[in-house]
Amino acid sequence: MQFRSGDFSDAKRVLKIRQLKVGLCDNPEAEKVLKGIDLDIRSGESHCLVGESGSGKSVTSLAIMGLLPPGALEIQGGLIQVGDTEITTASQSQMRKLRARRISMIFQEPMTALNPVLRVGDQIEEVLRMHTDLSSSEVTERTLQIMRDVHLPDVERMHGAFPHQLSGGQRQRIMIAMALVLDPDLLIADEPTTALDVTTQKQILKLISEMQERHGTAVLFITHDMGVVAEIADTVSVMREGTIVEKAPIRTLLTEPEKDYTRKLLAAVPNLKPREARADKGRDPVLRIDRLGMTYGGGGFFRKSEGVRAADAVSFTIAPGRTLGIVGESGSGKSTVARCIMRLIDPTDGSINVAGTEIAHLSRRKLQPWRRHFQIVFQDPYRSLNPRWTVGRSLCEGPVNFGTPRAQAMTRAAELMEIVGLPRDALDRYPHQFSGGQRQRIAIARAVAMEPDVLVADEAVSALDVSVQAQVLDLLDEIQDRFGIAVLFITHDLRVAAQICDDVLVMQNGKIVEHGPAARVLGHPDHDYTRSLIDAAPGRAWDFANFRPHDAAATT
Amino acid sequence: MADMQDSRRSAFQTMTGLLSLPRGARLGAGPTIAAFLLVVIVAASLLAPLYVPYDPLTMDAMARLSPASAEHWLGTDQYGRDTFSRVMYGGRVSLLIGVGASLVSVAIGLCIGLIAGFFRKLDGPIMRVMDSLMAIPAILLAIALVALNGPSLGSVIIAITIPEVPRVVRLVRSVVLSAREEPYVEAATALGSSMPKILIQHLMPNTLAPLIVQGTYICASAILIEAILSFLGAGVSTEIPTWGNIMAEGRNYFQIKPGLIFWPGLLLSLCILSINLLGDTARDLLDPRMKKREG
Repeated sequence: MQFRSGDFSDAKRVLKIRQLKVGLCDNPEAEKVLKGIDLDIRSGESHCLVGESGSGKSVTSLAIMGLLPPGALEIQGGLIQVGDTEITTASQSQMRKLRARRISMIFQEPMTALNPVLRVGDQIEEVLRMHTDLSSSEVTERTLQIMRDVHLPDVERMHGAFPHQLSGGQRQRIMIAMALVLDPDLLIADEPTTALDVTTQKQILKLISEMQERHGTAVLFITHDMGVVAEIADTVSVMREGTIVEKAPIRTLLTEPEKDYTRKLLAAVPNLKPREARADKGRDPVLRIDRLGMTYGGGGFFRKSEGVRAADAVSFTIAPGRTLGIVGESGSGKSTVARCIMRLIDPTDGSINVAGTEIAHLSRRKLQPWRRHFQIVFQDPYRSLNPRWTVGRSLCEGPVNFGTPRAQAMTRAAELMEIVGLPRDALDRYPHQFSGGQRQRIAIARAVAMEPDVLVADEAVSALDVSVQAQVLDLLDEIQDRFGIAVLFITHDLRVAAQICDDVLVMQNGKIVEHGPAARVLGHPDHDYTRSLIDAAPGRAWDFANFRPHDAAATT
Repeated sequence: MADMQDSRRSAFQTMTGLLSLPRGARLGAGPTIAAFLLVVIVAASLLAPLYVPYDPLTMDAMARLSPASAEHWLGTDQYGRDTFSRVMYGGRVSLLIGVGASLVSVAIGLCIGLIAGFFRKLDGPIMRVMDSLMAIPAILLAIALVALNGPSLGSVIIAITIPEVPRVVRLVRSVVLSAREEPYVEAATALGSSMPKILIQHLMPNTLAPLIVQGTYICASAILIEAILSFLGAGVSTEIPTWGNIMAEGRNYFQIKPGLIFWPGLLLSLCILSINLLGDTARDLLDPRMKKREG
């Protein structure tokens, strides 16, 4: 695998941070959010800050931009130098000049970072008007030029487009154009590709590298994704709980990590190589989907409109104790299929057979008794539990609906808490007292409390840190073994799919493009689309858990 | 698992958690004074029969329009009725109407709003009816209702409630519309919870905080509308003193004896001011976004 790892010891130092401490405003005694961070970035260098959520990556970037939330966080020591300017003591107006000209930033979600009611061209021009004395025609000229530089198609037309008319990747290109139009010394990229599909992510990473080479910009790249780190970094800082644990050039860090925490972090990165499939016990499928179709919109009172075909002739089966993964990019229809199966939306055609009963077109009332046979775990652990209910009440909700006495349901809930690795007495607590991973365990326990035949996991680990992700995947595995549940696992992450699925189904634009055993689909894909997905997976040539490239494993 | 250690929460914290109050929320001077004033006004009105020196309806031809004295603290009106007693009694009806109208409109609005927000098919028809109700001018409706039913407490409350209900419905509906998309509501559907259960146990608690705020505003405006109606002679019958009809009757003697309008007017203003202030405070406390602005 090719790493960047350039040598920048002679280049100009763009950013120098020494003993930076950031803490809560009204409580200087409380534990600091950043506990003395040192960081150097030189011109042309890509420095990755990597760490789990809450490690202080984003706070570092906000401190550099002078954008710490006022009244909540403040710098309580140390220095930040951008070029020769010390900015911890800079005034608001000094900072405003510094931003855009010297440092600029791109964010995770380009839809919210762009103003939805202004044309994107005008938003780029605004930067130029604020910070330069160029004439109106020069401003337009520069804007069109930078839009061409970030490889936007049909620039003249796109100049007048509104953010919602662009795709996610195009919006992120606009953000990059905006950030680089004044040719800053330092670009801070805070998870810029996390909200994008893998294929788009690959293009954006390439674009950032290209722009960096052309302008000699230093990049501070913040991410939680080790794959992305392997693709883009020259040097890496691993952050944990407000400190930098380890700092090293990329190759050194990936092959010989010094600290245990770094090792743990790398070992948790799921392997792209598919797991051994579970033994096929030859049991009859418990879930049969036949030519399932879902069209959004359409109909219309006066005029027949086309509607959006979100799922088209999707057919598959899952046997008890096995896991089928549906992978695909956003808009491929994978979540639509999940929601149809759960009957959270009503499919327009096709059949869904759960445990021998056809449920696709049952009425709400007739469906209700069958709901206990299929359960779902959602993506966002912060919103999938009622914040006003104790965990115990949430766990009992389902069984009580089906006539289990509350006391008995409570006893069962306590057992389930132990099965998912949480203390029994946590039943009296509220969801906000748990971390994301713990909440996801509770959500799994709630689904399992119904003793379902089919469990649908809709991006169930996508919102979690890698180390937590691994634990939750293990838990799902264990529960599946124990109760023989059939699992339908929806994910956009091929690494996760490789770790948990026996069979994989690849969807594109609502249609199945490939379906087969995980080892074959992910190892030797037939279809071009599957191949492009696998190619786009960042850091795919590197075996993180074993600190070596994948091909090395093949030769030894 | 440091976050799991603080599991022992007092009842107060659970309550504030229910309304998602920030911990350690403290009231400023304004709201404290407002709360104090309101308590005094409510207590004084409720307990009026126990301490007022005269019956508010007893006329005394010998003491017509007498000035303030040790006998009549605020003087008397044109029929010789004691102004102090009347103003204190008047608060009873005004407050009753304020609280009554806000409770009734919140209750009705909550039910209709939950249904409109949850059932897509009913949403359109219900909201169009609400729109048309909103188009009716409140005062005209009240005058029409009182003309039909005769002046009474009930018709005044109904007259005030009808135009307020659509506002509550809109509020509740918007909260339900966003809350019903929450995964925990979908999870409840998947767990086989019935529709009424989802509505009452999962969705309704979300509407509580904004409803409390809206309720205080309705209460204030109901007191004001009642005063306007009584002033116009379309409110509660003149036999029952309210701040509005005390002012209405005092109108003709305003130049001789401004106190007839001044005292009920003062109490009315203070009452509405403190209710609105408390409403604002409640909104700031219950909506974290508004809270941030002071910081």
